Amino acid sequence: MADAFSAASIADPMIPRVARVVKRRREIADVVTLEIEGGAFDFAPGQFNMLTAFGVGEAAISVSGDPANSARLVHTIRAVGAVSRALTELHVGEPIGLRGPFGRGWPMQEAEGSDVIVVAGGLGLAPLRPALYRLFAEREKYGRILLLFGARSPADILFRDELEAWRGRLDIEVVATVDHARGDWRGNVGVVTTLLSRAQFSASNALAMLCGPEIMMRFVANALLERGVAQERVYLSMERNMKCAIGWCGHCQFGPVFICRDGPVFPYSQLRGLIAKKEI
Amino acid sequence: MIESIEHIVKEHRFFAGMDAGFVALVSGCAKNARFDPGQYLFHESDSADWFFLLRNGSVAIELRDPARGAVTVQTLHEGDLCGLSWLVPPYRWTYDARAIDLVRAIAVDAACLRRKSEADPRLGYDMMKRFMPPLVERLQAARMQMIDIYGAHG
Repeated sequence: MADAFSAASIADPMIPRVARVVKRRREIADVVTLEIEGGAFDFAPGQFNMLTAFGVGEAAISVSGDPANSARLVHTIRAVGAVSRALTELHVGEPIGLRGPFGRGWPMQEAEGSDVIVVAGGLGLAPLRPALYRLFAEREKYGRILLLFGARSPADILFRDELEAWRGRLDIEVVATVDHARGDWRGNVGVVTTLLSRAQFSASNALAMLCGPEIMMRFVANALLERGVAQERVYLSMERNMKCAIGWCGHCQFGPVFICRDGPVFPYSQLRGLIAKKEI
Repeated sequence: MIESIEHIVKEHRFFAGMDAGFVALVSGCAKNARFDPGQYLFHESDSADWFFLLRNGSVAIELRDPARGAVTVQTLHEGDLCGLSWLVPPYRWTYDARAIDLVRAIAVDAACLRRKSEADPRLGYDMMKRFMPPLVERLQAARMQMIDIYGAHG
């Protein structure tokens, strides 16, 4: 019987293919979206790729584009370290390395027939955007759809044009909030957890997808549980330092799981006992 | 038909489930208030003589910074409590509250309610239990804002 970890099966996922940047867009001060072409890119919402800035290194970046478009891959990247900065500085026409897609994504099928609560904080909107595209494309399959989005300030709101367009739809509810704002901001100010108290949904038939700073996800998850949402129906996208992306190297180990292989999307029921432990 | 202030107080979510006798006591300190967009409910350092329970509209809680001007740190909406500084001496506002749009509210005379709460500790205890949840929620929110969760480390 063939060994699942045979040399033949492990060689391919570690070798990046070469694609090209075909479009680059600056979203906010330190965040850039790259559109990439170079073959077919099938992926599930919530999955990630390992992107290579040649000569600099490799970083795990979630796919932020429409899963219906397999000809063009979209990644939204924040410049926080040497590799991510090099990726954000790539120009149209330049090569980029790509391995993936990896990981388990959002539970789109499980969400069917449910009210779907999407809570994003900061750059966390990027890994959720493919799920939102899928929800909108198959709108009839879902109950109420709520998108609650938090950012540091109005200048830090990601995908602002799209958020405004989505807010104009009559079949979804979009609420954005910022931590602080100047006087000319007419929108909501306050942490994203406070939006939940006013959100209307059926707790017994709701499924939540959360992505953002871990502390935000913890508090939102607990607030959802207080509202009566089952912990098995609250999903979080976790982030850790991923290297191999296939569960070999252990860099992204989080207690008994590997974020790259077993996640990055997990039900809160699986993480609840781990996420508040400072030793992990 | 004009609603009585007692009925308005009773229907506000802040007073949900309150004993009818206490509703009457609170209503004796309350009146209706209306603020046009841009109008201030109160200003920093003014005496905190009234607090407000929002019925419609939104209010921006602002801090003034010489370099940045007015910075909104919280918005309040229908059903929310606006104003906590009246609870503790020296009873002065520590921020500005500005109506973002047309605001209708129940305005409560703070000194009147403090006096009635001192006279009837059962009312005082009931009020304390109603004020604690928003206080704790705002403290928690302020902690999250303070650590800047969306920063580069977030």
